[in-house]
Amino acid sequence: MATTIKTRPTGSRSKLPGLVKSLMGAAAFATMALTAPISLAEVNTTGLAVTEDTVQVGILHSVTGTMAISETGSVQAEKLAIEQINAMGGVLGRKIEYIQEDGASDWPTFAEKSRKLLVNDKVAAVFGCWTSASRKAVLPVFEQYNGMLYYPTFYEGLEQSPNVIYTGQEATQQILAGIDWVVKAKNAKTFYLLGSDYIWPRTSNKIARKHIEKLGLKVVGEDYYPLGHTQFNSIINKFKLKKPDVIFASVVGGSNVAFYKQLKAAGIDMTKEKPLVLTISVTEDEILGIGGENIDGAYASMKYFQSLTNENNIAFVKAFKERWGDDIVIGDVTQAAYLGPWLWKAAVEAAGSFDIDKVRAASPGIELTTAPEGYVKVHPNHHLWSKTRIGNAKTDGQYEIVYETPELIEPDPFPEGYQ
Amino acid sequence: MFADYSTSELMSIFAMQGFAGLILFSVFVLMALGLAIIFGQMGVINMAHGEFMILGAYVTYLTSNVFADYMPSLFGSYFFIAMILAFIAAGALGMFVEWALIRHLYKRPLDTLLATWGLSLILQQIYRSVFGAREVGVTLPDWLMGSIQLTDIVEVPINGIFVMSLAITISLIVAILMYKSRWGIQVRSVVQNRPMAGAVGINTARVDRLTFGLGCGIAGVAGSAFTMIGSTGPTSGQLYIVDTFLVVVFGGAQSLLGTIASAFTISQAQSTMEFFLSGSMSKVLTLLFVVGILMLRPQGLFSLKVRR
Repeated sequence: MATTIKTRPTGSRSKLPGLVKSLMGAAAFATMALTAPISLAEVNTTGLAVTEDTVQVGILHSVTGTMAISETGSVQAEKLAIEQINAMGGVLGRKIEYIQEDGASDWPTFAEKSRKLLVNDKVAAVFGCWTSASRKAVLPVFEQYNGMLYYPTFYEGLEQSPNVIYTGQEATQQILAGIDWVVKAKNAKTFYLLGSDYIWPRTSNKIARKHIEKLGLKVVGEDYYPLGHTQFNSIINKFKLKKPDVIFASVVGGSNVAFYKQLKAAGIDMTKEKPLVLTISVTEDEILGIGGENIDGAYASMKYFQSLTNENNIAFVKAFKERWGDDIVIGDVTQAAYLGPWLWKAAVEAAGSFDIDKVRAASPGIELTTAPEGYVKVHPNHHLWSKTRIGNAKTDGQYEIVYETPELIEPDPFPEGYQ
Repeated sequence: MFADYSTSELMSIFAMQGFAGLILFSVFVLMALGLAIIFGQMGVINMAHGEFMILGAYVTYLTSNVFADYMPSLFGSYFFIAMILAFIAAGALGMFVEWALIRHLYKRPLDTLLATWGLSLILQQIYRSVFGAREVGVTLPDWLMGSIQLTDIVEVPINGIFVMSLAITISLIVAILMYKSRWGIQVRSVVQNRPMAGAVGINTARVDRLTFGLGCGIAGVAGSAFTMIGSTGPTSGQLYIVDTFLVVVFGGAQSLLGTIASAFTISQAQSTMEFFLSGSMSKVLTLLFVVGILMLRPQGLFSLKVRR
């Protein structure tokens, strides 16, 4: 892992305390900066859990209950990032200590635990949540007690809180690029939209439908199944009847496994791309449960795949496997979770303070050149500029990257004309 | 909606849709048989039924790994051995649970609900600690994958046929056990009148333990078969529990025939509606339909005439 994090000069940089500036100037004596932290009074004026040599943060994910399947990877990524930051000397000369709380896949528990982290523990930042429901549950708490949440999951957008940094993609970043690609590269004309029945797939499909219709193409069907649904034979027959060019799928959780297994069993060979399956919900994590042979040939539209070959990612994958075991896989959200502590560190250093308000003011414009996905930048709307990639699933459970957007895509959580 | 399609296309689709309904029917029968035995014959509300199914799924996962590592040449046939092992493992756990927990609660049937719900949480956490929170992928032998092409459009998934034949086989075995064997007569007599059955020399405690074990064992086999069509994770069992209770209660708790009739009705209604409506809406309508029937016939479709 390269050890430099470049931060764009921002307005707040000029407000840095003089001591920081002089330390930064003494770059040759970098070790000095580690041993002589800035005085406590300067970096923490609001009574956060910061001491002369430590700073406490919270990790809030489900490690029990149904969401543990998905959130485990995020916890691992956040811990790895924190350990790496500590190995480099911490943040403003202070080692990060984390307090981990279990949201237990239960949204009121998330709210209660976030209150505990902010009020009792007075943590400087929280890395956590996974489902939109859990984020919505903690949002009022973070806004009331002025906390800072780094939220890793790709999600439906339509939200922008001063107390949240969204390190995953919002829906338009993921969907528009995916559909544009499939239209251009595969000459797709007709689409069938399928999702689990809750807010993220419904919002995503709404955006997808508007975009498809704007392009003058046709949506031949749109269907939702309850979360946890395990029988997809009827919908597969509908595919066979309507013969769409593309099945646009946002099925989640255990349903995912059932859907792809049954698709395969019904004789739809996805490698033939008739129809082509384009998903926005299957990361490498999900393929572990689905089985590579059952999803071989499907395409996914996301910002990160484990198979990315840039230097940052090679180092990241190596470090992740060394820390958490060789047979582990890393999906889109796991990588986004890994960005959280790094973005926070960069913002704190730019602000020269742990104070939430100063970190918030310093956050827009923070860049990370060491991100495994390449390069990301925080937008004033608290989402990240990022590239979207198209991956083609292979039997070994990895994606082969077939396309990458040439430019960073601007996050647009309130897309006009798509609501 | 059908104007654009030729008659032969429509015929093929309806044929396949009928088949999809039959697969769903088989899945329901497999899910519900074990519970019908436990709930129907013993009156125990087993909320951990799904977890017994997932135990079967994990046993299948372990068996497939062992075969892949040590006996790759026999991999094609591991599934049958996995099902037998799943039956033994789930059945043994069932008998242990009956001995340790359930037998103390026979006089308080509603408390079995709480106790087995607690058991289901414990089992979920054990799976999570042992196998990890993530779902595991079970590799299937090649002959179970893919489909048989009958005409241009009509394709029949092989694992669907497998699930159907398994459902039929197990139903027949259970029917013979219950209605033709000496043990079946004992089970039914214990259900009808426990003190009298004890008085004529039936070891009611042993009958209870075997019945519970059999129900759990069948759940294990079902879980093993479902690795073909569904997910295997610590909480996957929760996906099945609602449908399972629905089928058993709708059928009339004490009747195996009722369970099968109810599985057939619900599966056909659901798969037909799924084709014309969206998935969520058909689920809602199915539930409404079941609620409606149960209001008219609280005892379910079929019920035993027993003097209480």
